[in-house]
Amino acid sequence: MHNFLFGIYPYIALSVLIIGSIARYDRDPFTWKTSSSQMLRRKQLIWGSILFHVGVLVIFFGHLVGLLTPIWVFDAIGVSHGAKQLLAVVAGGIAGAMALIGGLMLFHRRWTDPRIRVTSSFADTAILLLLLAQLVLGLGTIYVSLQHLDGHEMTLFMSWAQGIFTFDGQAASYIEHAALIFKLHLFLGLTIFLVFPFTRLVHILSGFGAPIRYLFNRPGYQIVRSRKRRHPAE
Amino acid sequence: MSHLLDRLNFLSSKELDRFSDGHGQTTRENRDWEDTYRNRWRHDKIVRSTHGVNCTGSCSWKIYVKSGIVTWETQQTDYPRTRPDLPNHEPRGCARGASYSWYLYSANRVKNPLIRGRLLKVWRRMRETMSPIAAWTAIQNDPVLRNGYVETRGKGGFVRASWDEATEITAAANAYTAKTYGPDRVFGFSPIPAMSMISYAAGSRYLSLLGGVCMSFYDWYCDLPPASPMTWGEQTDVPESADWYNAGYLLLWGSNVPQTRTPDAHFYTEARYRGTKSAVICPDYSEAAKFGDVWLNAKQGTDAALAMAFGHVILREFHLDRQSEYFTDYCRKYSDFPMLVRIEEKDGQLVPGRFLRADDLTGKLGEKNNPEWKTVAWDRTSGGLVSPNGAIGYRWGEAGKWNLETRAAEADTDLSMSFVLEEDHDDVVGIDFPYFGADATETFSTGDKRPNILTKNVPVKKIKIGRKTEMVATVFDLFCANYGLDRGLGGDWVATKYSDDVPGTPTWAEKITGVSADKIAHVARDFALNAEKTNGKSMIIIGAAMNHWYHMDMNYRGVINMLVMCGCVGQSGGGWAHYVGQEKLRPQTGWLPLAFALDWGRPPRHMNSTSAWYAHTDQWRYETLTAGEILSPTAPEGDWDVSMIDYNIRAERMGWLPSAPQLKTNPLEVAKAAKAAGKEIPAYVAEQLKSGELEMSCEDPDAPENWPRNLFVWRSNLLGSSGKGHEYFLKHLLGTDHGVMGKDLGEEGGQLPKEAKWHSDAPRGKLDLLVTIDFRMSTTAVYSDIVLPTASWYEKNDLNTSDMHPFIHPLQAAVDPAYESKSDWEIFKAIARKFQEVAPEILGKETDIVALPILHDTPGELAQDQVKDWKKGECDLIPGKTAPNYIPVERDYPALYDRFVALGPLMDKLGNGGKGISWKTDHEVQHLRDLNGVWEDGPAKGCAKIVTDIDATEVVLMLAPETNGEVAVKAWEALSAITGREHAHLALPKEDEKIRFRDIAAQPRKIISSPTWSGLESEKVCYNAGYTNVHELIPWRTLTGRQQLYQDHLWMRAFGEGFMSYRPPVDLKTITKDVQDAGDSLVLNFITPHQKWGIHSTYSDNLLMLTLNRGGPVVWLSEVDAKSVGIVDNDWIELYNVNGALTARAVVSQRIKEGTTFMYHAQEKIVNTPGSEKTGNRGGIHNSVTRAVLKPTHMIGGYAQQSYGFNYYGTVGSNRDEFVVVRKMKNVDWLDEEATGKEA
Repeated sequence: MHNFLFGIYPYIALSVLIIGSIARYDRDPFTWKTSSSQMLRRKQLIWGSILFHVGVLVIFFGHLVGLLTPIWVFDAIGVSHGAKQLLAVVAGGIAGAMALIGGLMLFHRRWTDPRIRVTSSFADTAILLLLLAQLVLGLGTIYVSLQHLDGHEMTLFMSWAQGIFTFDGQAASYIEHAALIFKLHLFLGLTIFLVFPFTRLVHILSGFGAPIRYLFNRPGYQIVRSRKRRHPAE
Repeated sequence: MSHLLDRLNFLSSKELDRFSDGHGQTTRENRDWEDTYRNRWRHDKIVRSTHGVNCTGSCSWKIYVKSGIVTWETQQTDYPRTRPDLPNHEPRGCARGASYSWYLYSANRVKNPLIRGRLLKVWRRMRETMSPIAAWTAIQNDPVLRNGYVETRGKGGFVRASWDEATEITAAANAYTAKTYGPDRVFGFSPIPAMSMISYAAGSRYLSLLGGVCMSFYDWYCDLPPASPMTWGEQTDVPESADWYNAGYLLLWGSNVPQTRTPDAHFYTEARYRGTKSAVICPDYSEAAKFGDVWLNAKQGTDAALAMAFGHVILREFHLDRQSEYFTDYCRKYSDFPMLVRIEEKDGQLVPGRFLRADDLTGKLGEKNNPEWKTVAWDRTSGGLVSPNGAIGYRWGEAGKWNLETRAAEADTDLSMSFVLEEDHDDVVGIDFPYFGADATETFSTGDKRPNILTKNVPVKKIKIGRKTEMVATVFDLFCANYGLDRGLGGDWVATKYSDDVPGTPTWAEKITGVSADKIAHVARDFALNAEKTNGKSMIIIGAAMNHWYHMDMNYRGVINMLVMCGCVGQSGGGWAHYVGQEKLRPQTGWLPLAFALDWGRPPRHMNSTSAWYAHTDQWRYETLTAGEILSPTAPEGDWDVSMIDYNIRAERMGWLPSAPQLKTNPLEVAKAAKAAGKEIPAYVAEQLKSGELEMSCEDPDAPENWPRNLFVWRSNLLGSSGKGHEYFLKHLLGTDHGVMGKDLGEEGGQLPKEAKWHSDAPRGKLDLLVTIDFRMSTTAVYSDIVLPTASWYEKNDLNTSDMHPFIHPLQAAVDPAYESKSDWEIFKAIARKFQEVAPEILGKETDIVALPILHDTPGELAQDQVKDWKKGECDLIPGKTAPNYIPVERDYPALYDRFVALGPLMDKLGNGGKGISWKTDHEVQHLRDLNGVWEDGPAKGCAKIVTDIDATEVVLMLAPETNGEVAVKAWEALSAITGREHAHLALPKEDEKIRFRDIAAQPRKIISSPTWSGLESEKVCYNAGYTNVHELIPWRTLTGRQQLYQDHLWMRAFGEGFMSYRPPVDLKTITKDVQDAGDSLVLNFITPHQKWGIHSTYSDNLLMLTLNRGGPVVWLSEVDAKSVGIVDNDWIELYNVNGALTARAVVSQRIKEGTTFMYHAQEKIVNTPGSEKTGNRGGIHNSVTRAVLKPTHMIGGYAQQSYGFNYYGTVGSNRDEFVVVRKMKNVDWLDEEATGKEA
C-alpha cells in the first residue's frame, strides 16, 4: 500500500496532469481560464487573492527548489541540512500563513456571497477546500519538523522526490518511516496534481507561460497578424 | 491540428517581421480561434419580418435562422430613401424588439392546445355517447358540470389536448350558442389590426361569417381621442415621424418620445440639431424632458387649464391686439370661427345654442337639399347671410359643392369672423358659460370659489328667424369670451392682463397647474410666433396620457384649439401628432372586405368594447359617478338625472351606439317569425320593439339571454393588460376568485338605474367558453378554458403598417411554427372547418338580423338634427333614422368554411369603398382569380381562392388604393364627383403600380396616396394629417365641413362641452371608509403610463426585459411620499381601493411628482407577484384598482361627425382619475400551495 501511494500513485497523478491538461487545452480551449469572480464582487478579493497567491507562489517555488535540487548542490555550496530546514520552516511558515489567511478570505467570500455561491461550480469550491486542507497539513508539518532539527528527514523527502523523477524503483521506501502528517501532506499534494486538469488550476500553466515570455522575448507594442494562409503558396 | 502542437513551434523560424523600430511585429500564431467568433454570428438565412405588437414602430427586422432555429434579429436598414434635406427613416428598431426571439423557445411558449382539465374530462365523458353539439348542450344544461370548470378559471389545471378536440369543443360551443341564444352572443376581441392584418382578419372573418361580434379596441384602450372625430370627423390622423424634422417648434405634451417611440426618436434629435425649438410638458421628469429647451411640469390632470392659458395668450397677441394675417386667413377658411351660433334663452339667461342652419331661415337661402345640415355665416362681400360650401349637407344628395372653396351659392365670399367692430354688431349681451374650476376635489382644489356660471359679454347680430328676431354670434366671438379675453366690451370674467386672476389667464392657470404664468406666456408666444413666421410649422406631439382622464376631451380640444388658432393643422411640419397604438391600417379599404367578410354579407356586427364590457362585467352595478356631477349648470331642460348605463341604453335605442347582443330574442328566430308574419324585417322588428314584444338586450344586461356566451381573445392580453375593472371581469364575466371589495348600488342603497333592469343577485360567470389564442402563457391565457398555440411573429406571413412611417412591409415565416402551433389564419380555418362539420346538426341556411347603428361617413349621418327618443313617444321608430337599422343577412352555416376560403360574390356586385366614397372593383377581383386560382365547384364556385395567408395578403393589397395605383385613381375620381374638384392627379403618376406580397418581402414599399386618408404620400411632402383638406380643399367630415371648435349637439351643450374649458378630474369615490384600513394614510393618484421594460405595451414577461428591470411588477413613488409612510426602495407594497388590490415592489424616485404613483401598465401577474394581504388573492394587475366609467357625450350619434364608427367614435375607457391607498406589506405570501376545490 505504501508503495502504491508513494511509488505508483505519483506517476498516475503526474500522467493525468500532463495528458489531461493537453487534452483540455486542445478540446476545450475556452474553458482554460481563471474563472475570476471579480466582476461579481471586488470586496475581499484584492486582499484575499494577493495574500493567497503570493503565499502559494513562495511555497510552490520553495518546494520546487527544496525538493528537486540535488543534495550535493547544497553540500557543495556549504548549506548545512539544518540551515536549509530552518530556512524552509521559516520561509514556508510565513508564506503558508499568508496563503492560509488569503485562502480563508477567499473561501469566506465564495461561500457567503450569494451571487458567487450560485455561480461557483463544484470544482471551484472543492479545489479551494483541498488547497486549504493542504496548507493546514503543510503548516502542521512544521511542528513535527521542529522535533528534530538536523535536516535528515528533509533529505529523505528530497531523495523521494528526485527518485520519482529519476524512475528510482525504491523511491517510496525512502519515506516509509516519515510521520503520518508528512504522508498525508504528500498524498494530498499528489491528489491536487491529479485533479489539476479538471479545475481552474490550469490557469497556473498560462500564468507561468504568458508573463515569463515577456521577460525573455518582449513582443512589439503592436502585434499584427499575418494573413491566414489556407493554401500554401505554390 | 492541435492547439498545443501548433504552439510548439520551437523549430520553425523565429524571425518575425518587425516594423516601427521594433515597436511592432507580426505574428504567425494559429488563428483558428477566430472561427469560434465567426461561427457565433454565422447563419443559414435571413428572413424579413417584424413584430406584430401594437407599437407604432412597425420596424422591419432581419430574422436570422441557423440550423432551423431562429437565433437572433437585427434592424433592417433598407427602407426606401427620403429626399434631400430630410433624414432617412432608418435606423428603426429598439433593444426591446430585439429581445423578441426569446419567446420562440422559452418555457412560456404555448406548445400544444390546452384545455381546462375539468372541462375536458366531462367533455370526453359526454362524447362517448353524444355528438359534439349534444355533448356541449348537456354540459351547459347541468349547472354542476358548468360551474365545475367555470370556477377554476385562473387556477391552473390545464391538460394537453389535440387540435381536433380543441376545435371541436370551440365549434360546438359556437353552434350551440348561435342556435340557442343567437350568433351575437359569440364575441371576439382582438386589437390593432395594423400590427398583423391577416391574423386579425382570420378571426374577424370567422366571426363575421358566423354573425359573431367583433369588438373594438381603440376606444376601450382609451387611445381614441374623441376630440378628433368631434373636431375633424376623423378617427385619428397624424403626421409621420419624419415630419417632426420639418417643424420649427415642437411641443411634447405628455408624450415620452425617447422611451415609447424609440425608433422615431432620432427625428426629434435631428430636428433639434436643425434648430427646432422644443418645450416638454409632463408632470414627471421623463426621458423626453431632457430634450426640451424648457420643461413645464404641470400637475397631472390639469392640462386643459394650461392649454386654455396658452390659447388665451395666442388669442390676445395674434388674433386681438394684433391680427396675424396668416392666422386670420387660415381660421376663416378652415375653421368654424365664422359660423353663426343661435343664442338661446334659458330662465331669462342667454346661452350659446345650435349652429344657425339654412333651414332656420325663411327661404332656406335657396337650399333644397338637406338645409337643416347647412351652417350659415355672415358674408362681408354680399353683406348678408350665406351658406358656405363644404357643410355636411352638401356631402350627401348633391354633387360639386362639398368643398372648401370660399364660395356659397356659386358666388365668392368673404366671411366675417367677428362682430366686435362697432358697425358690425347689433348688440352686446351677457352670455352664460359654465365654469367647472370650482368643482375640483381636494387634491386638485385651489380654493376656487367662483360661481359655476360665468356671464360674459359677447357681440351679437339680430336676425329674423321665422317671425321672431333672434340673436346670433360667431363662433369666434363666443370662443374669445370663453377664453376670458376682454375686448373692450365691458362685463365680468374677462381679462386685459395676464396677471389678472380670471379663468383663462396664465395667472389663473398657474394656480391650478403649478407652471408659472411667465413660462406659460413665453411658450405660447414662441409657439405662435414660429407658426406665424413659417405658415403653421408648429407641432404638438401627444401620447395618450392626457387622453386617459375622464375629461380627456377638454385636454385634447385645448391642444387642438391652439393648433387651429395658429394655422398649423394640415401644414407640413405642423399639426396634431397624437401617437398611440398602431391605429393606422394603411390599406384599410382593401382589408375591410377580407376582415369582415363583406364579400359574403353586409353589414358585419361591430361593437364598442367600452360599453360592452361596462355592461357585461357589471361595472355599471358599482357606478359611483352620477350624471348630475358632470352636468353643466347651463344644461337645457331635460331628463338628465339618470345613470351612465341609462345614457348608454338611450344611445343604443336611438341608433347612436351599436349593441351586442342586440335583441333579447335570438335574431335567427326573429327572422323566422318575420317571415311567418309575411313582413319585411325592418318593419317587423320596429313594430315588435314598439309593442314591447321584442326587447333590446342593453336594457337588461344581466338576463341570461343577454350574456355573452363565447369569447375569443387573440393577439391580445385582455385580462392582463387592457381590461379596466380587471377584478369585475373575474367576478362577473368569468365567475372565479376576484378582489372586488366594493358593494354594488343595490347593497349600498344607492340610486339604481332607471332604464337598466336591476337584478338583486348579480350573475357570476357569464361566459360559457373563453378561448385564447396566443404564443405565450399570458394572464389571459391562464384564465381561459381553451388555449390554442399560435405562430409567433417570425413564423407566419402577414402585413404591417404604422402611422409613424409611410411603408407597408411584411411579417414572414422565417421558420415553421414551432411545436404544435399554427398561424392564426390556419387556426381559424381549422375552427371554421370543424364548425362546418358539426353545426349542420342544428343550423342550416339561416337569416340573421343585424342591428346597425347610424354610421359616420354614410348618408345616414344626417339622421337626427334633433334628439328624439322613440320610446318616450317623441318620434316614431324609423329603423336607420330614429333607431338602429335592422338588416337581414343570409348565413350559410353548412358552408362556413367554404366561404371563409373564397372571395365572395359581393365584391363584384357591390364594389368596395370607405369613408363615404365607393368604387367598382370587378377588375381587381378578376386579377385575384387569376392570381390565387378559382374554386371549381362547391358553394364558392367561381370565386377566387383565399387558402393561404399569402393569398389573403394579396386580397388586401389588390383591393386597397394604397397598394394598387389603379384603385387609387378610381378612389380619387369617386371623391372628385362629390367635391367637384379634380383630385386624381395625386395618384395618376402611380396608376400602374401594384404592390404585391413578394415586393414588400424584398423591401418595404411606400404606399400610394388615397382619399381615405387626409395626407399625401409624395416625394415632395411628408405625410401630414389634414394636408388634403387644406391643400386640396376637401372638407373635414364634420357638420360645418371645417375644423369644428364648437360642438352644438344637445348633449354636448348639456354637459357643458360646447366649448373647451378646464374640467378637474372627477371624484370616483373609490376609497371609502369601509375599505381603507386604519393607519393607511398614503392616498395617491394612480397613473399607468407606458412601460419601459417590455416590447411596447404588452410583453414584459420576457426574461431579458425582466432582467433589465426588477424581475416583476413595480410601482413608482416620489421620495417624499415614500418617506412619509416609511417605504424604501424595493420594498413590497400594496395598492388598493374598492375595485381591488395589487402588489408590487416600490421604485422610489425623484422623477415622480408628489401625490402621484406610476405603475407601468401590463406587468403580468403571472411573474413574481405575491398575494395581496387585502384580498387574499394573487396581487393583481394595474387594472385591478380601476373601473371603467362612461361619459354620455361619447355616446352621441346620428349627428354628422358625431356618428358611430367602429374604433372611430364611442365611449372610451378612461382610468386616470383613480386614487389608491398605498402601504408597505407586512407579509409577502407567494400563495404557493395547491389549489383546493372539489371536482364535479
